[in-house]
Amino acid sequence: MSDITPTTVRSIEREALLVAETSEGAQEMFRREQTGADELRRELGAVLKVDGRALDPNNIDVERDDDETMIINMGPSHPSTHGVLRIMLELDGETVLRSKPVIGYLHTGMEKTGEELSYVQGGTNVTRMDYLSPVTNELGYSMAVEKLLNIEVPERATWIRMMMSELNRMSSHLVWMATNGMDLGSTSMMIYGLRERELILAFFEKTAGLRLNLNYVRPGGVAADLPDGWQDDVEVICDTIWARTFEYDQLLTGQTIFRQRLEGVAAITAEEAIALSLTGPLLRSTGVPWDLRRTMPYLAYDQVEFDVITGTYGDNFDRYAIRLNEIRESVRIVRQCIEMMPKGDFRTQDPKVTPPPRARIDESMEALIHHFKLFTEGFHVPVGEVYSAIESPRGELGCYIVSDGGPKPYRIHVRAPSFVNLQAIPLLMRGGMMSDTITVISTIDPVMGEVDR
Amino acid sequence: MDAGSADGRSIGNPQVSNVATQPALNAVEGYFPTREQYLDLINQLKAEGFEMAVDLCAVDYLSHPGRELPEGITPERFEVVVNLLSLSQRRRCRVRVQVPENDPVITSIFSAYVGVEAMEREAYDMFGVVFTDHPSLSRILMPEDWEGHPLRKDYGIGRVPVQFKEGPGPR
Repeated sequence: MSDITPTTVRSIEREALLVAETSEGAQEMFRREQTGADELRRELGAVLKVDGRALDPNNIDVERDDDETMIINMGPSHPSTHGVLRIMLELDGETVLRSKPVIGYLHTGMEKTGEELSYVQGGTNVTRMDYLSPVTNELGYSMAVEKLLNIEVPERATWIRMMMSELNRMSSHLVWMATNGMDLGSTSMMIYGLRERELILAFFEKTAGLRLNLNYVRPGGVAADLPDGWQDDVEVICDTIWARTFEYDQLLTGQTIFRQRLEGVAAITAEEAIALSLTGPLLRSTGVPWDLRRTMPYLAYDQVEFDVITGTYGDNFDRYAIRLNEIRESVRIVRQCIEMMPKGDFRTQDPKVTPPPRARIDESMEALIHHFKLFTEGFHVPVGEVYSAIESPRGELGCYIVSDGGPKPYRIHVRAPSFVNLQAIPLLMRGGMMSDTITVISTIDPVMGEVDR
Repeated sequence: MDAGSADGRSIGNPQVSNVATQPALNAVEGYFPTREQYLDLINQLKAEGFEMAVDLCAVDYLSHPGRELPEGITPERFEVVVNLLSLSQRRRCRVRVQVPENDPVITSIFSAYVGVEAMEREAYDMFGVVFTDHPSLSRILMPEDWEGHPLRKDYGIGRVPVQFKEGPGPR
């Protein structure tokens, strides 16, 4: 009665197949003797080669050789990887020696798609990249197109854009507070963060019609004017979130377990951060006051008052504190936007770029033609190339567009901050405990939609 | 390091054996080195204050050959575009290198800027431009056994056939 012979054990019979199904080939991490010196150094997190501070790859751990360490795989569907991030780790017991992120599981070819969509449709594409801060994506894209077109955006549109992107920064950081809380075991923070974000999403829905992928900021202005009584809604959002940030302080900042898991963990220096091209809260946590809103102002950021929050130690706690305080700074900016919001058009009146109002189409032949041309062919953009960068909640979001004079971008490349910031993983994880890898992923705050695009 | 404060250094135009320059759009200075000059120019720009390589990407100019380039630069099919950023000077500059189709090989600038590792891998993955001296040049977004380089202009985008509910049967 022995149906099951050793040869029918699945893993034995299909071993080669199992490896082939899960292997990412050369993208994976390999044993030390199979890895080149440069790559080994990179996986070890030895970023700086000057000043004798580079780590000797043969000297990572004198007591252990390859037989005693273990290469394990974390993800891609691990709950704390914020999506589909896969990290391969070389472990000595519970200590991380090397690490290497493997990405691409959410790659949908959005840059290729962007070449097939006209400039009018492009916003719907880019807004899906960083799905936690859609407004900043659209803003980076729209500003690049406007630079190519060489058109001016009305003042009110500028201020609406600024207010919406600050609201978006708040909602993005609130999701970060929520997921970071959950990664560290505070499920109540998860619920609070998402509860506050809901206020902002409700306002987005009232303004743009959608909650997440808004396509609200468009080349030439914004899609719609702010709804009646928007001041009251935004006041309520500001007051609520301002008060709640102090509740988060009480809940998390002073809490012993929370502090012990963040303080001094995964520290990084300014030189390392700059060498790795890190931007956003990661760079600011090392004490570099680099915030494009302040250092290379766009929109009307030079007319509002806010502080650039920087850290001192570059550790996890600094990154937490920076994001929490950036929510407060965003509240400050939004409050000034309410006061200083100018009157006027919410989009440029250039009929070649802006579709006519619906009512005009019934009475004006010209408006009908413009409407038809805009939505069938789209507008033509002069030949050229442009790189436009803004400060997204995660860092510098750049948009590089090459135009061949047609109605579709010839090439659209998005410099995604999360994609670049992920390069810090080997450095931040090295020498830490296995449990610290969770906090490292969390405080880098990658959005996988943006990483893989 | 306090990168926010200008330290008074002035950035002159790098004179690496006659690199072609041209003020690009929005008063961003543009450099057009040849492949041989590329790494030297990058090293010199880094020494002159551009601390960070913010972005590196490639462009396939297969169907748009008539673009504006300074005199003496032959347009080739591929172009590698590097955006550098100077935190201390609050300046940007752009380096554009022509890479021919029949020999899409270029030096990696990993030795100067560690942060371009992932971006060069992406450019290789999407365009098939090979970066020599890169620590581990493998695909990054596509699966390892993928054929072709998706962002090339001659790479088909494919299409999904429209399925009508009650379409006519095959004739």
